[in-house]
Amino acid sequence: MNEFVETLLDLTWHEPKKSYDVVIIGGGGHGLATAWNLATRHGMTNVAVLEANYIGSGNTGRNTTIIRANYGIAESVRFYQRSLELYRALEDETGCSIMHSTKGLLWLAHTESGMRAERARALMNQACGAETVMITPSEAQELCPQLDLSGGGRYPVLGASYHAGGATARHDRVVWAYAQGAMQLGVHVIPHMPVTGLLRDGSRVVGVQTAGGPISAGTVLSAVGGRVTTVAAMADLRLPIRTHPLQALVTNAYAQGFGPIVASSELLCYVSQTGRGQMLMGAEFDSQPSYSMASSYEFLQTVSTKVTHILPFLRNLRILRQWAGICDISPDYSPIMGFTGIDGLLITTGWGTWGFKAIPAGGEAMAELIATSKVPPLIAAFGLERFAADHAMADQGSAGTR
Amino acid sequence: MLWITCPTCGERPVSEFRFGGELPRVPERITDRGERNLDWVWMQDNVDGVTTERWFHAAGCRRWLTLRRNTTTDRVVAG
Repeated sequence: MNEFVETLLDLTWHEPKKSYDVVIIGGGGHGLATAWNLATRHGMTNVAVLEANYIGSGNTGRNTTIIRANYGIAESVRFYQRSLELYRALEDETGCSIMHSTKGLLWLAHTESGMRAERARALMNQACGAETVMITPSEAQELCPQLDLSGGGRYPVLGASYHAGGATARHDRVVWAYAQGAMQLGVHVIPHMPVTGLLRDGSRVVGVQTAGGPISAGTVLSAVGGRVTTVAAMADLRLPIRTHPLQALVTNAYAQGFGPIVASSELLCYVSQTGRGQMLMGAEFDSQPSYSMASSYEFLQTVSTKVTHILPFLRNLRILRQWAGICDISPDYSPIMGFTGIDGLLITTGWGTWGFKAIPAGGEAMAELIATSKVPPLIAAFGLERFAADHAMADQGSAGTR
Repeated sequence: MLWITCPTCGERPVSEFRFGGELPRVPERITDRGERNLDWVWMQDNVDGVTTERWFHAAGCRRWLTLRRNTTTDRVVAG
């Protein structure tokens, strides 16, 4: 966060106290949204959010900003639909512009099996309250005139599912909106404060050890991105998480408007236009786990080949920038939220490549859990205990495109 | 980019391989049999550092190999 941005916001930075009711590790979207919900919905303001770097410096500031609810299983659709609705209301609730823009999302199918998958997705979405309908290639063309329906001859568009609620928002502004709202109500947000250990009293977690000394807490929530395994290991907690890099790129500005968000499951890519007119795109995460944020030339090759099949105009643009983030990928591509089996330690993780769109609902649910000590029904299926119970929530609509 | 030395095919780019997961290693402190099974099936060391893992040379000799790799740098390490 730079000085220019800080002058636009009403932020009050605090020195950390010795003790809080709630300490949240990780000042990204999920951590700050939880703090904001605790303060606004539950009147809990004796809360600290500890961030190792600057706020929003992790995956919240590295994603492709897509908000959608067209998932593959009922529990996910309901959860992400709640999130999508909360995003729509976020500007009014926080009084901050997050540059939210409902664009509609086209999910292209290029084969019969792809069409079956999209039909199943549309039906599941309708049953669970998300607006997704099947459309014909010519309707897709109307929504996105730049589309090559022949798919470069190799990936013909046979149809698409259209998710009218699909939207984008400026990710940094989401972080600032939550941070500002929480800070105004007295929450301490403390950047550049890495957590180095967890304080234990017997098996119970009673606080955190930080670079600035110990801080005791009634409840500790890990809202850490990629490095969550390291934090969990501080409490001898084992997680089914693998940390994979995910890359993205933007081109120079495209002078014409590009209305919807376009994605393809079979090509494993997604494309949208940013507020500055740049074309933003991404593909699947790297196959091997790694904490390296190195960008690769291979990613540029792969994603360019894929997207130019369906959107040939992208050939005339130049790649401006590429970057990577490290994602906490769960084995069933669904998040892990709730109790950990260790007293005093809660977790919200497994946000893989689907974390940004989940920020408002994730924050709302985790705040309710902290305030009431009861798991909200919306996230009951996403507990860590599901792996022991053999209730993995495998979701083919997750992982961006998978 | 990651390059992997296959015992049969020599040094090849990672795109030819399929990642087969880290070698499951259940901590000694977990003693309950059910807990050990749970850990073996689902839990990951996911270390930020050197890890031992299995890879499948899908677009080559189609054999499995064991590799030591530093996940901090995404480079193969000797041994």
